[in-house]
Amino acid sequence: MKTNRRTFGAADRGLLPEGRLTGPMPWVLAIMMFLTVLAAAAGLGLGNAASKLDGEIGNRITVQIVEANPDFREAQARIAVTELRKLAGVTSVRRLGDEEMKELLEPWLGEGGLDGDLPVPVMIDAELTPAAYGRLDVIRAAVREVAPSARVDDNAQWLAPLAGLIDALELLAGGLVLLMVGATTATVVLAARAALDTHRGVIEVLHLMGATDVQVARLFQRRIALDALFGGAVGLAAASLVLLAIGNRVGALGSELLGSAGLPLVSWLILIALPIGGVVLATLVARMTILRALGKLL
Amino acid sequence: MGLRYGTGTETLSDLTFSLREGGFYFLTGPSGAGKTSLLKLLYLAQRPSRGLIKLFGEDIVTMSRKRLPGFRRRIGVVFQDFRLVRHLSVFDNVALPLRVAGVEDRDLMTPVTEMLNWVGLGHRSTARPATLSGGEQQRVAIARAVIARPELLVADEPTGNVDPEMAARLLHLFDALNKLGTTVVVATHDIHLIARIARSEMLRLDKGQISDPTGALRHPPRKLR
Repeated sequence: MKTNRRTFGAADRGLLPEGRLTGPMPWVLAIMMFLTVLAAAAGLGLGNAASKLDGEIGNRITVQIVEANPDFREAQARIAVTELRKLAGVTSVRRLGDEEMKELLEPWLGEGGLDGDLPVPVMIDAELTPAAYGRLDVIRAAVREVAPSARVDDNAQWLAPLAGLIDALELLAGGLVLLMVGATTATVVLAARAALDTHRGVIEVLHLMGATDVQVARLFQRRIALDALFGGAVGLAAASLVLLAIGNRVGALGSELLGSAGLPLVSWLILIALPIGGVVLATLVARMTILRALGKLL
Repeated sequence: MGLRYGTGTETLSDLTFSLREGGFYFLTGPSGAGKTSLLKLLYLAQRPSRGLIKLFGEDIVTMSRKRLPGFRRRIGVVFQDFRLVRHLSVFDNVALPLRVAGVEDRDLMTPVTEMLNWVGLGHRSTARPATLSGGEQQRVAIARAVIARPELLVADEPTGNVDPEMAARLLHLFDALNKLGTTVVVATHDIHLIARIARSEMLRLDKGQISDPTGALRHPPRKLR
């Protein structure tokens, strides 16, 4: 007779009597996974928005030539552009044209508000290498030396509060995911203990026949893994529907900032991996809980 | 050795005895004498509070938990309350010890069917225990205890719920196993049962102690043989 000492063979499927999905466990896990996926999606979306924001404004400066005399202003603008292009670590320099300035000021001055008599500063957008961005004072001094009316603004400084808020929300989302992992662990521990109590009679009989702790634990961990798989799939499906619906609403708003919080493919893959991680976590927790409980028996 | 539950008085006190390999023993004594407790020690459901028990040549009192399953597989047990798994069929209940030992499913059919036929339950293999009579459940419990050809068979009142004819048949099964080398220990009140196995020896328990340490009661009186 061939033997396999790790399992009870086909009897694995029948030794524990309760049918699947009859208890609350799969549904509780489904709710946990739903909330975990939403929290993780929020974290990933905010992370995505933060990195886009950083990519757009990070290492960038705006040089404004604030000079009432148009001739002086123009002369200083040209010399500032030339100086910036000469400086090491400045990767691009672009002076905003009249049309762009008009668009920028239109919300404040109204259509036609920008006439030739109004002294509008010249704006120069420059992108720096991270190393050059680190020594902004040197660049600022170099520009001010050739263009005394120049004001060098660090773009990141204006958006720092928003970036800080996004970072805080990202941390909060990560914290929520960790809390959900903790709650899922506690749920599995309670479910495993309840299952042990429910099936204590069967376990005693199996033990007295010579079943090992690992054999008995496998019965429970297999069952809990299937419950977690069901809960994970339902939770992920429900959360995905919610995320798609929110994505559609955000798309309809046309907001650039909110739109940047969209989820790229890699984020979706991470979200899909969460239920798989949940199954692995539930299986390991169930196994450890049951082995620990069985270890107290003779 | 002695056995005490909690902080009460000793249920078994100062027991000293040995079982011969291949022997057939009846364990008798009044209710509450400690028969079931002694059997629990034998089938490794309990460790003594003090003293020494050697089973299959090894000290099982200090033996690590990890080694116990291997020893338990060498022991067949008929529980007084049967302890059949309610949601499993008769076939699956009887097959359990083989499955625990890791026998593949395809190798179960022949031995389990033969065993069920032997105890007269071949036609009830798919039935659930709840649908069986007390006697039928007891036969399933016995079939489950002996299916893996244990080296030691421990039975607690194994014929309490069967008619005399079936009792004789089951005892014959124990006898056959014993002749194949299995050591058999049967706890019973049934004096007629004891008389049926001529070569049997008797252990008598009273108030947690072997009532006759001289060993005279190890052998049933001639008139009962």
